[in-house]
Amino acid sequence: MQTLINILVLASIYALISCGYVLIYRVSRVLNLAHGEFMMLGAYGLLATASSFGAHPFAAVGVASVMALLVGVAIYFVLMRHMTGESVLAAVLCTIAVGILLRGLITLTWGAQQHYPMEQLGWVNSSISVFGDARISAASLGLIIATAVCYSGLFLFLRYTRWGIQMRAAGQNPLLAAQRGIRLNGIYALAWGLATFTGGIAGMLIACDSGLQTTIVTIGLKAFPATLVGGLDSLLGALVGSLIIGTAEVLLINYVDPLLSDVAPFFILLVMLIFRPWGLFGTREEIDRV
Amino acid sequence: MPSSSGYFRTHYDQDLRFIDTRTQRYCLWLLLAWLAIYPFLATEMLLDLANQVLLASVGAIALMLLTGFAGQVSLGHAGLLAAGAFTAGILFKEFAAPVWVTLPASAAIGAVLGLLFGLPSLRLRGLYLAVSTLALHFIVAYLGGEYEAKRGFSSGIVIDPPVLFGWVLDSAQAWYFVLLAASAGTLLLAANLLRSKTGRAWRAIHDREAVAEALGVNVPAHKLLAFVISSSLTAMAGCLFAYFRGFVSVEAFTLFLSIQYVAMVIVGGMGSLLGALLGAAFVVLFPYGIEWAMAILPIPTRWSGMVFAVDYAAFGLVMIAFLLFEPQGLVGIWRRMQNYFLLWPFKQQLMRK
Repeated sequence: MQTLINILVLASIYALISCGYVLIYRVSRVLNLAHGEFMMLGAYGLLATASSFGAHPFAAVGVASVMALLVGVAIYFVLMRHMTGESVLAAVLCTIAVGILLRGLITLTWGAQQHYPMEQLGWVNSSISVFGDARISAASLGLIIATAVCYSGLFLFLRYTRWGIQMRAAGQNPLLAAQRGIRLNGIYALAWGLATFTGGIAGMLIACDSGLQTTIVTIGLKAFPATLVGGLDSLLGALVGSLIIGTAEVLLINYVDPLLSDVAPFFILLVMLIFRPWGLFGTREEIDRV
Repeated sequence: MPSSSGYFRTHYDQDLRFIDTRTQRYCLWLLLAWLAIYPFLATEMLLDLANQVLLASVGAIALMLLTGFAGQVSLGHAGLLAAGAFTAGILFKEFAAPVWVTLPASAAIGAVLGLLFGLPSLRLRGLYLAVSTLALHFIVAYLGGEYEAKRGFSSGIVIDPPVLFGWVLDSAQAWYFVLLAASAGTLLLAANLLRSKTGRAWRAIHDREAVAEALGVNVPAHKLLAFVISSSLTAMAGCLFAYFRGFVSVEAFTLFLSIQYVAMVIVGGMGSLLGALLGAAFVVLFPYGIEWAMAILPIPTRWSGMVFAVDYAAFGLVMIAFLLFEPQGLVGIWRRMQNYFLLWPFKQQLMRK
C-alpha cells in the first residue's frame, strides 16, 4: 500500500512538472530545457514571499504563483521571442543557457544551503495515514490534489475557453492561426506563463515536502523522460508517462537498487526512443517536423 | 580567404592546399615556433591553462565534426568523455594496462557507444536526438558511479602518470607537448576528413538530408560514421583527461560539462574547425576571467565565496548573448575583422561563408 502511495506521489510530481514541457512544446515547438530551473525559481519565490508574508501563508503562495507566471511571460518577451525563426536547436540551447543563468542567480541570491519554506509559512508537514498503515505527508497530498486540479483545469482551458482554443490552433499551424487574427506572441507568452506557473507550483510543493536546495533541478530533468514517453505534445500522454516512469522508479528503488533511481527514467526513455519515438500519445508527424 | 580581396585561385591544386599564400605560411611558422617555446616561457599557471585548452580542443573538434558539420546534435559529450576516462581507469586498476592499451581501448569503447547512440539518429532528428544523447550521459555516469561504488573507489580512481617510450609523463611541460600533439593530430585528421568524400557527405546531410540522399550519399552510414568518429575521438580525449588529472571520478563529468562543450561549438562558431579551437579556449579560460574580474571589481563580499555561481550566471549570459547577437560565434567576429583589414580602406560588405 505504501508503495502505491509512493508511486502516486512521485507520478504526480512528474506529471505536474511535465505539463510545462508539453504546453510549451505543443504551442511553440520549443523544448524548454530550463524547466527544472523555472520550477526551482518558483520554489525560491515562495521562500521570498514566505519571509515577507509570513502571517498569511495562502497570500504568500498566491503571490509566489503569480510571480512564477509573470516570470514565464517575461522570459518569453525578453528572450524567446527573438529566437523565433532561428533553428529549433538554437532555441533549445537558449533555454539551456537561461537555465544556467537562473541557477547561478538563484545560488547567488539564496545561497546553496537547505531551506525549509514550509516552516517559514508556519505550516506543519504532518503525516496523514490513509488506507490503514500507509502514510502520506500533507505536502504530498497537496501535490496530488494540485496535479489533479492543474490537469483538469488545463484540459477544460484548452477545450472550452477562447484562449485555450487559440493555443491549440497556434500549435497546429502557426501561420494559419496568425492569418485568422490570433496574436501569436500573446499566445506563446501565455503558454510560457502557464508552464512556469505549473512548474512553480510543483517546485513549491516539493520544497514544502522535502526542503529546498539547488539540487531540486534534477527532479525537473527527470520529469522530462516522463513527458517524452507519453508524447511531447500530449497532456494525457504526460500523465500516463509520469505514471509509468514513477512506477518504474519506485519499484526499482524498492526491489533492485536505489542508485538506479536517477538513471531508470532515462533507460525507459531510450527504449521508447528506439521503438516509438513520438511517445505513447504523441503525434507521429511531429518527428519529421523537428 | 575572401575573394573580394583580389586573391583568386588559378589552379585546382591550389584548392587542395592547406596553406596557399606566403603570408599564411609565415604565420604558421611563427605560430609553430611560438607553440614550441611557449612551455619554457610560460609560468606554471599559464602552462596549466594551455594544457587545459589543448585537452578541451580535442573534444571540441570532435563535437564540431558531429554538430557543426554533420548536423547531429549531442548533449552527451560529457558521457563520452567519462566513458573514455573510465575505460582508462578501469583497465589501469584491474589489469595495470599501459597507456598504449588504454588509449585504443577508450577509442574502441567510444566507437561502440557512438554506434549504439547513433542508431537513434537514423530515425530521429534534432531535438529527439539530443534527448537520446542526454540519456547516454546519464547511463554512462550511472555505470561509472556503480563501478566506483562496487569496487570501493568511492572517491574516485587514482591513475599513475603514463609511460611513453620509457619516459614518464609527470611534468606539465611534457604534458604540454603530448597534448599539443594530440590536439594537432585531431585537427589534421578532422581537416582532412572534411576535405574528403566523407566530409562533403556530412555537409550535404547537414544542409538537406533528402538532397544528400538524391545525390547518392548513403545517409544512414554517414550519420553513423559521424557518430563513431566523433565519439571515439571524444573517448580518447577522456582517456587523456584521466591521465592528465591522474584521477577519474564520476563527479567530474556533469551535465554542465556537456553544456560547456556545446557552448564551445556555439561560441566558437558552428561549422568551423577554427571555431572549435577558439571556443575551447574561450570556455576553458572563461572561469579564470571571471575570477580575475571578481578580484578587481567591487562586488558584494558574500558573492566572493560563491565563485561557481557567478561563473554559472555569467556563462549563461554569455551563451545567450552569442545565440542572440552573434550566431556565427567568435569565428564570425574573426572573419569580419579579417575582412575589414583585407578590404581597407573600402567599406566591408557583410559576407556569408
